[in-house]
Amino acid sequence: MEKRHIISILVENKFGVLARVAGLFSGRGYNIESLTVNSTDKHDVSMMTIVTYGDDRIIEQIIKQLRKLINVLKVRDLTSYNHIERELVLVKVYVTQKYRSDIYNMVNTFRGNVVDITPESMVIEITGDNDKLQAFIELVRPYGIIELIRSGCLAIGRGSKATSEMEKLKQSHNNK
Amino acid sequence: MICSGGEIVIDCLKRNGVDVIFSYPGGSLTGFYDTLFDSDLKHILPRHEQGGAHAADGYARATGKIGVCMATSGPGATNLVTGIGTAYMDSVPMLVITGQVVSNLIGGDAFQEADIVGITRPIVKHSYLVTDVKDLADTMNEAIHIATTGRPGPVLVDIPKDVFAAKVKYEPNGRIHLAGYQPNTEGHPMQVKKLLKTLETAKKPVIFIGGGVKVSKGATEELIKFAHAVNVPVVSSFMGLSGYPATDSQWIGWLGMHGNYASNMAVTESDFIIAIGTRFTDRSTGRLDRFAKNARIAHIDIDPSSISKTVDIEIPVVGDSYNVLQMINKYLDDYKWDKCRQERDEWFETVKGWDKEKPFSYKFSDKIIKPQYVIETLYKVTGGDAIIATDVGQHQMWTGQFYKYKFPRQFLSSGGMGTMGYGLPAAMGAKIGRPDKEVFCVSGDGGILMNMQELTTCVQYRVGVKTVIINNKFLGMVRQWQQLFFNKKYSDTCLEVQPDFVKLAEAYGCIGMRAEKVADVEAVLRESLKIKDRPVLMDFVCDREENVYPMVPAGASIDEMIIR
Repeated sequence: MEKRHIISILVENKFGVLARVAGLFSGRGYNIESLTVNSTDKHDVSMMTIVTYGDDRIIEQIIKQLRKLINVLKVRDLTSYNHIERELVLVKVYVTQKYRSDIYNMVNTFRGNVVDITPESMVIEITGDNDKLQAFIELVRPYGIIELIRSGCLAIGRGSKATSEMEKLKQSHNNK
Repeated sequence: MICSGGEIVIDCLKRNGVDVIFSYPGGSLTGFYDTLFDSDLKHILPRHEQGGAHAADGYARATGKIGVCMATSGPGATNLVTGIGTAYMDSVPMLVITGQVVSNLIGGDAFQEADIVGITRPIVKHSYLVTDVKDLADTMNEAIHIATTGRPGPVLVDIPKDVFAAKVKYEPNGRIHLAGYQPNTEGHPMQVKKLLKTLETAKKPVIFIGGGVKVSKGATEELIKFAHAVNVPVVSSFMGLSGYPATDSQWIGWLGMHGNYASNMAVTESDFIIAIGTRFTDRSTGRLDRFAKNARIAHIDIDPSSISKTVDIEIPVVGDSYNVLQMINKYLDDYKWDKCRQERDEWFETVKGWDKEKPFSYKFSDKIIKPQYVIETLYKVTGGDAIIATDVGQHQMWTGQFYKYKFPRQFLSSGGMGTMGYGLPAAMGAKIGRPDKEVFCVSGDGGILMNMQELTTCVQYRVGVKTVIINNKFLGMVRQWQQLFFNKKYSDTCLEVQPDFVKLAEAYGCIGMRAEKVADVEAVLRESLKIKDRPVLMDFVCDREENVYPMVPAGASIDEMIIR
């Protein structure tokens, strides 16, 4: 059965890595729903987060094929761990003075921010998981969405166990 | 010491044991060729870059060493693409070096510029664009390491013209730092024990080998020991041919679309399959949902992504074939092999019975040359000792069926990609790597014309490759499909207009011979063995509409063979 999976891929920050990963998905006919990439705390290592759909066999193949790429350091299917996921949406809504306070109320309820106001528009920033963002977007749609942009999904495992970095950090603290 | 990029490339090649490169000059390589002129690295000049790539591939397949090919930027590089894809699909260790336009012109659509790293990305194991001569030595060492370890494959290094020319302080060190690349070669003992435990009580076991066995040094010897100790029949994929001696008593044949009846039946009826170094392609398995339905399957492979890719695997063992087989043999005595001895002996008899009942066969004629007879005779006159390269199509299948291979790396064929035009250049590369062996290229009247220019290369370097053309004036395999599945509409598969191959051979400076009568076949082949100093091309005028059988139609399961 097809399920949504969040694959997090730790890669060396080298020439063409994104193309290799993206090419692997397109070349083998896998789906990419969203893709986010940026460097980690180390400038030469980046984390990619890819949201994809597939049955167990496809997901297993995706992970194995990713691991085969020379510049890929680590691959995890975060869906099988307890994890936190976040997306960011920036939405520009048509709002005149009359409805401004209504919008403020909604933004506060969703713990978002209003980041720009003009006499006829507001730009709102909301973070959260997919469902929350979708709910907010539906809420403001009747007012008129002028423009909307969403980031891909970011995800991180809960708890301290997930990374081998933990052991290294503990050791360096003990040594201090 | 201070060296140029070109000197570093040559030094790294030599330090990694490379003694020959197949390379074609061009604008971006002029500086490199100036350096090469003064070095003692052996250089073979193919007459087309594709020929160079296939020659490097054939050299690698025949020797087990890395094959190196080079071409200039733009069209030189794009001409390598088919050769790279061919090597990738069949896991051949190959280093591909391409010249690139000067660094500051990259991206500007300069003369002879092509993004070859981008073009080849899906068909290489890895690739590099070297932008700084300081990285060149490490890149060369890493590229060779990646190409030759784990599951082998082609690695491309793209080097701009100015990087070849730039000078830098160079200290040979063989440094490799690849944090994301550690192939698992050992095999887990627990998994091996699970495999043996399952085999202990299996009543109808089969060993199914692929190309991974013949490229893992020593694996064949370990496999022979194992197969005899447990008395299990051995079958292979097409790529696995020559991975197990066909003259051995455990050998049954090969599996799949044009494999033999006994192999296909054995796998279909088996209750336990031990697959080694194979990737269960559609050509081997036939219809997947009916493949080996009664069998539990163990799969030994160095590439984890080959395991459970198409067929569900119960016992995966990730590791190199030789290492795992050695471990299997080490643990053999811990298990009781007489538990199901009687059932297994009966099973073996059944499988052998299938082979007796329906072996590879054809109807001999004394009036017209049957292609199978040519291959059979080739086997006879070479004593089964020649290295054989093929093109793709009917002759390729007959060469798989009617030549009995004795040693690994003896059979070179484009199994994965199915590249026409592979045979002659691959045979040339093989002969350069193994001058001690007779090397034959078996081709068709279609495929031979795709890279025939390499006969000139063979003449220049006195490479005594012998080419057998199975000439039926058809693109035979496609014609066969048209006959069987498209109501005999021979749409553009008829090659009635063709050159006089004998005259053509002579024009190239080769010996050309033709056999039109059945009685001439053996004489022509024997005559070719006497010629040592130049290539020979033999044109066998064969029965035009002979078909390859057995045949599993596309989409059918492998026990649904058309026998004749």
